[in-house]
Amino acid sequence: MKQYNADVIVIGSGAAGLAAAIEVKKANLSVLVIERDKELGGITLQCIHNGFGLKEFEEELTGPEYIQRFINQIKELEIPYILNTMVIEISNDKKLYAVNNEDGLIEIKAKAIILAMGCRERTRGAINIPGFRPAGIYTAGQAQRFVNIEGYLPGNTFVILGSGDIGMIMARRLTWEGCKVKAVVEILPYVSGLLRNQVQCLEDYDIPLITSYTVTKIHGRDRVKGVTISKVDRNFDRIIGSDKFIECDTLLLSVGLIPENELTLNAGAELSKNGGPVVDNNLETTIAGIFTCGNVLQVHDLVDLVSAEAKRAGQNAVEYVKNRYDKKSSKKEIIKCLSGENVNYVKPDRINKRDLSKDIIFTLRVNYPDRRVLIQLKDNNNNLIYKRKKIYVIPSEMVELIVNLEKNGIDPKCKSINIEVIPRPEVLIEEE
Amino acid sequence: MIYDVIIIGGGVIGCCIARTLSKYDLKICLLEKEAELASGTTKGNSGVVHAGYAAPREYIKRNLCIRGNKLYTQAAEELNFPFQRIGSFVVALEDSQIKVLEEQRRQGIQDGIPGLEVILDKEKIKYMEPNINDEVVGVLHAPTAGIVSPYEMTFALADNAATNGVKFLLNQKVRRIKHQDYTFTIKTKTQEFKSRNVINAAGLYAARISKLVGLDYFEIMPRRGEYILFDRNALHLNKILFPTPTKVSKGILVCPTLHENTFVGPNAQNITDKKDISTTEAGLKEILEAGRKLVPNLPVRSSIRNFAGLRAVPDTYDFIIDNTDIYGFINIAGILSPGLTSCFAIAEKVVEFLELLGVELKIKEDYNPRRLKPERFKDFSKEELDQKIKEDPSWGRIICRCETIPEKEIINAIHAPVGATTVDGIKFRCRPGMGRCQGGFCRPRVIEILSRELNIPYEEVTKRGEDTNFLIAKTKDLTLKEIEGGTE
Repeated sequence: MKQYNADVIVIGSGAAGLAAAIEVKKANLSVLVIERDKELGGITLQCIHNGFGLKEFEEELTGPEYIQRFINQIKELEIPYILNTMVIEISNDKKLYAVNNEDGLIEIKAKAIILAMGCRERTRGAINIPGFRPAGIYTAGQAQRFVNIEGYLPGNTFVILGSGDIGMIMARRLTWEGCKVKAVVEILPYVSGLLRNQVQCLEDYDIPLITSYTVTKIHGRDRVKGVTISKVDRNFDRIIGSDKFIECDTLLLSVGLIPENELTLNAGAELSKNGGPVVDNNLETTIAGIFTCGNVLQVHDLVDLVSAEAKRAGQNAVEYVKNRYDKKSSKKEIIKCLSGENVNYVKPDRINKRDLSKDIIFTLRVNYPDRRVLIQLKDNNNNLIYKRKKIYVIPSEMVELIVNLEKNGIDPKCKSINIEVIPRPEVLIEEE
Repeated sequence: MIYDVIIIGGGVIGCCIARTLSKYDLKICLLEKEAELASGTTKGNSGVVHAGYAAPREYIKRNLCIRGNKLYTQAAEELNFPFQRIGSFVVALEDSQIKVLEEQRRQGIQDGIPGLEVILDKEKIKYMEPNINDEVVGVLHAPTAGIVSPYEMTFALADNAATNGVKFLLNQKVRRIKHQDYTFTIKTKTQEFKSRNVINAAGLYAARISKLVGLDYFEIMPRRGEYILFDRNALHLNKILFPTPTKVSKGILVCPTLHENTFVGPNAQNITDKKDISTTEAGLKEILEAGRKLVPNLPVRSSIRNFAGLRAVPDTYDFIIDNTDIYGFINIAGILSPGLTSCFAIAEKVVEFLELLGVELKIKEDYNPRRLKPERFKDFSKEELDQKIKEDPSWGRIICRCETIPEKEIINAIHAPVGATTVDGIKFRCRPGMGRCQGGFCRPRVIEILSRELNIPYEEVTKRGEDTNFLIAKTKDLTLKEIEGGTE
């Protein structure tokens, strides 16, 4: 059995994994990147549209251009990586087992692990659309892979369910290829991806966006022949009599992403309700020494944010390896972070009491759009710790807060803090 | 060449008959109209091996079911298909239903069904099946009931039959049958076959096949059943759970699968279109509501697929198992539940019929009843895995992440005795695409492997045969066509 040792193992070589690995190497620790695909880069490789890198490099790049900059650094820093390798088991003493076709079974020992496996797409089954099960139903990302990597078209005429970013980007991409995108259908009353994609991918190409509608039946036994779409009420129940038939030979689904956490569970770490691992403010999971970042933790809007989060995970893993014997001895005291009104989830899930003097980065998503809101942090005794005004919030845009809890006068004995996004009563428009 | 026996229909019944007859020194051929075996009623099936107490005593299917259940132990052992006798509960939620259970138990015991027991001790019931509705008042426990994967079992039967010399031909829809001089001439779109005997196991189309030889004495109507499948580990059931039956149906059940999923279904809708395997909004709602009565905490949010299957319902109510008036033509029709359970007993009947027809049944010297278990990545120890990958590196290339299926298992499925030729064929043989991502990641890779191993272009790889192609053109083809069209 082939064996590897490294201070830090990074699982996944997408935007998260590479940025994390580079941070570890810069701190002069040994790091090994494990990638299940045949090349480094992850899903970014199939995102050939532009819009990447505005924050990270202050330039507009395509997905492959963006990730290549990280790949180049991996090579410059001589960071070792193994490709075509699937991790099949993580034991709680941070021993990993993986397989690939050259080495067979591989045993890898690490002092810390960074989980950066990304996410997967929700499927038709997950949303339970009735009808036939013909050829011609794809998730948007799968269609993206066929078109951009494999060089094949999955259909002629399309309906896209879900106005997530990949769905809208694929609407434009398929139009460029000579395909007809009849409609993008969204169950919510508003677009679920970024506004810029709504403008650049749909409106610029006259692709209709039909909101408050969903696909209620798939037609065609062998190949998709069309879909029935129906208007939905506030509870997303079909409004009777609102059915419309749209003829198409392909249905793309862009109905959300789910963090891919099989290995996280295998390692014994807890998951939170957003589907990502429970983490503390250092992005450490409930297993000491196992860190996580990128879309496996939470689905991000922009790859630049993934890279930034991953750097933190890399730095924290370095810190852990350098001081790990101390940490073992001291029992962690934590403050829980709870999602309050109009907060879908918040990361981190908990804060180490010994880190209260540090700046804590909170990321959260709201449940529904709102204008002129107040984002508040209160402790379990209802003491206000922090507040911030915001012009608007929408579920498709992650909100980031950087808060120094100690400077804001948190009671160090509190058990939890509650984060809420509430309507701001005053009419005064003074923006952040 | 004249075959001794041609079997029409490659579902579990046709394949089980093929495998049973493959023991004898006969020239046998099986014709299936679809691109893959198990494509009809076998695929959308609950996969329950019934204990046999349910059917009324006047029906032949009762005895075939009881006998068939017993035959499963040996068959599963010889053919190495997954089968577990986990036992079933018929659940009474009202006191008035107990007498139905008592009556089923009494008759079942008289007919030799082992272990039937009515349990009224709620604590014991909850211990045996913790997920059961708290309002349960009693259950009929049938310990010999089991679960099987109907399609994996069909592939096992077919592979073993093929190894023993049965010829399997796919994409062969029977169009005409001529009967002359004790010989049947069967015409399909592309070929003609001759046989002394014909076994009609054509499922939903059995009446049509029977009419091709002039035997018009029954009709088969489709009855649709819808299902919802839940993610692995979302709910773990110990038992197959049936509601107390009504006169119409055994009802909607909640059942674990051999792959740690749970499903709920099927409902029963009499329809007219034999191709209508669509699911409906109302139907999915109906089965969830019915399922919740048995298991209130159904993991609705963890559903990974809904699907529907069709039952082949005869207008005679009972199975049609006939050595017909046309010498050498055997009808095996209207095999709905408990057809899967009965298949080995039905095959025994076919052997009896052939004996009556004077077919010489000599056991082949080289008959091998055993099919080796398909090698699975998941079954290997770490040491074995290491060894396997060194012998063949495709064991180390994982294609399906959700179910951990390496390339080698897919290649083996393609090159099995009756190999997969479509993406669904591979999915049903070795499970890539069965998991929670439903093929999101692995489908492009599976298409690539099929294209390579079968030596066909990408665009010709299909989901399940003709007209189900995945990809329509190379990129730029459509725009090029438009440009070319414009210059004309």
